[in-house]
Amino acid sequence: MSEIADTSPQPHLGRRLRRLMADQPIIPLMVLLILLCAVLQLLSPGIINPLWVANTIKFAIPLALLAGAQTLTMLTGGLDLSVGTVGTMAAFIMATQIGHHDPATTLALSLLPAVLIGLANGVGVGIFRVHPLIMTLGTGLVGSGILQVYQRTVIASGSEIPPFIVWLGTGLTYGVPNALLLFVPIAALIIFVLRRTGFGRQVYAIGDNEKASRLSGSTYWQVILALYVASSLLAAIAGLLYVGVIRTPSLTLLEPLVLPSVAATIIGGTSIFGGRGSYATAILGALILRVLTTLLTVLQMPEGLRQGLFGLVILLVTAIYLRIIEDS
Amino acid sequence: MIAFSLRQSWVIGLFVLFVALFVITRFIQPSYGARDFASLTQAALPYAFAVAAQTVVVLAGGIDLSIAAMMAVTSVTAALLMKDQSAASALYAVPLVIAFGFALGALNGILITISRVPDIVVTLAMMFVLQGLALLILPSPGGGAADWLKAMVVGSLSVPGLPEGISAWIPHALLLVVIAVCLVWIPLKRSQLGLSIYAIGSSELAAFRSGVPVARTRILAYGIGGIFAALGGLTLTMSTGIGAPIPGPYLLASVAAVVLGGVALTGGRGGLVGPIVAVFVLRLVRTDLTLLSVDPNVTTIIEGVIMVTVVMFGALLAMRARST
Repeated sequence: MSEIADTSPQPHLGRRLRRLMADQPIIPLMVLLILLCAVLQLLSPGIINPLWVANTIKFAIPLALLAGAQTLTMLTGGLDLSVGTVGTMAAFIMATQIGHHDPATTLALSLLPAVLIGLANGVGVGIFRVHPLIMTLGTGLVGSGILQVYQRTVIASGSEIPPFIVWLGTGLTYGVPNALLLFVPIAALIIFVLRRTGFGRQVYAIGDNEKASRLSGSTYWQVILALYVASSLLAAIAGLLYVGVIRTPSLTLLEPLVLPSVAATIIGGTSIFGGRGSYATAILGALILRVLTTLLTVLQMPEGLRQGLFGLVILLVTAIYLRIIEDS
Repeated sequence: MIAFSLRQSWVIGLFVLFVALFVITRFIQPSYGARDFASLTQAALPYAFAVAAQTVVVLAGGIDLSIAAMMAVTSVTAALLMKDQSAASALYAVPLVIAFGFALGALNGILITISRVPDIVVTLAMMFVLQGLALLILPSPGGGAADWLKAMVVGSLSVPGLPEGISAWIPHALLLVVIAVCLVWIPLKRSQLGLSIYAIGSSELAAFRSGVPVARTRILAYGIGGIFAALGGLTLTMSTGIGAPIPGPYLLASVAAVVLGGVALTGGRGGLVGPIVAVFVLRLVRTDLTLLSVDPNVTTIIEGVIMVTVVMFGALLAMRARST
């Protein structure tokens, strides 16, 4: 079908635009981001300056890391709703254990629950074939119960946030957020793995057509297991970074970012049915959401309306992408 | 009779499990009596309606992730309508809230039909929208409920002819579930719509080719789910006296009880009695853990593990059913 369309001399303009959006979603997303910034600048002139840009990036990075977790799982038609609990656990354990152990042990301790929950998700989704949404919702619930119990045991010992985490989370060097030092290599790694390695090919193949990918030799459950563990680890890193931004470890630290991370990934053009999407656009999606949030704050919109708007955006974007994919 | 018991073997098994758990409860706490049973059913009430809502949708081959949020919206709406109003005002508030629930559920179905986006994404998006809506209706817990409504969920029945020993074991809350289910479910199951719901749940294509109006059936199935969710929201307001805009833990609980109740997550197979008995089984497990003086947070963990295990087991069964 697409070859026939390619050779036709002058496709309809609307069709060409749609094809562009399907093939290069990064362009319309950039346009959207610039448009949002322009509206923001119009509404409150002078808001856009280097400091604001650095701050926006700083707050977008934990969200972008979580969007990475969602991208990885969504490419195979899944979703990870346990990222909030996993990230919060990592941050909370780090803050309460740093006083008792050396940094390396603390880091290992804070990443341990992430690996375990990731493994549980992977086993449930990959081997038992539970729907990812239900599975990750369940492990998230169990995780937050465990966190509550854990909090009771360490309530007396107090918590602290190491200066390095704060430096990484909130610090600026020559106006550039330090968090980029951590984020850029991670993002590059994700994009490289998805685009250039055999594993990445398998991820797309499974998301596109599970049966065909199995027939051509990829092992479904191994790929899924690896993806969900990776997703949990990304969530843990996001939690560690975010506690440096917020500077108080709470039991619901990362929860407010879970739904936006799903929205960022969907806005970034990753199909919730799997097989289509990229991480680079999900990062743009995270930036767009941050600017959108600022915009809604400037407009003094209540929290409820903001949540509702996120939901509507997800629905609208999924419906539009569905039409585009069906057309091409 | 034998055919009946074979068909209902899963439900009967669950009922036996419930009785066994009950005996265990009496062992742990010999004084566990009618009054405790009444408070158990009261606590189980919102769960029972949540699972009823989920069951109807799952039978039609869908899933509704917005159930807990829908309960929060209907609960705050009811609380707001009845705040500082006369007792009679509840007479119009209750039907209004139920109609609201039907509309919200039907909206889910309409969006799924029109947008052709999978049910799981649509209801996930609606979950955010409804959570936001609940916060807009009532930013912080508040509102009120008519006294006679509050009285409907506490205490037990007192029938003049019946001895106290028996009537005490029939709590109002249990009666409410039974009446609501009988009023909605039995006419539905005997109607053409009920048959259509099972038909599109087992095979949408086959149902379509046999002339079942798939879109209309799906919208109505979500709508009926919405009615049950609204009833759940109402019972939340009735038992607390206020409305809270934060969704409770009803989503996962409803899915787990649906699976435990013998309804296939792939749709088209099962009934409503099983999941409701399953809710009581899960609640009783919680009671037992509390009676054994297990830390409430640990109880949450155990409950979560049970639910995840049940769902995993259900998925395994569904996979078996698909491959044979």
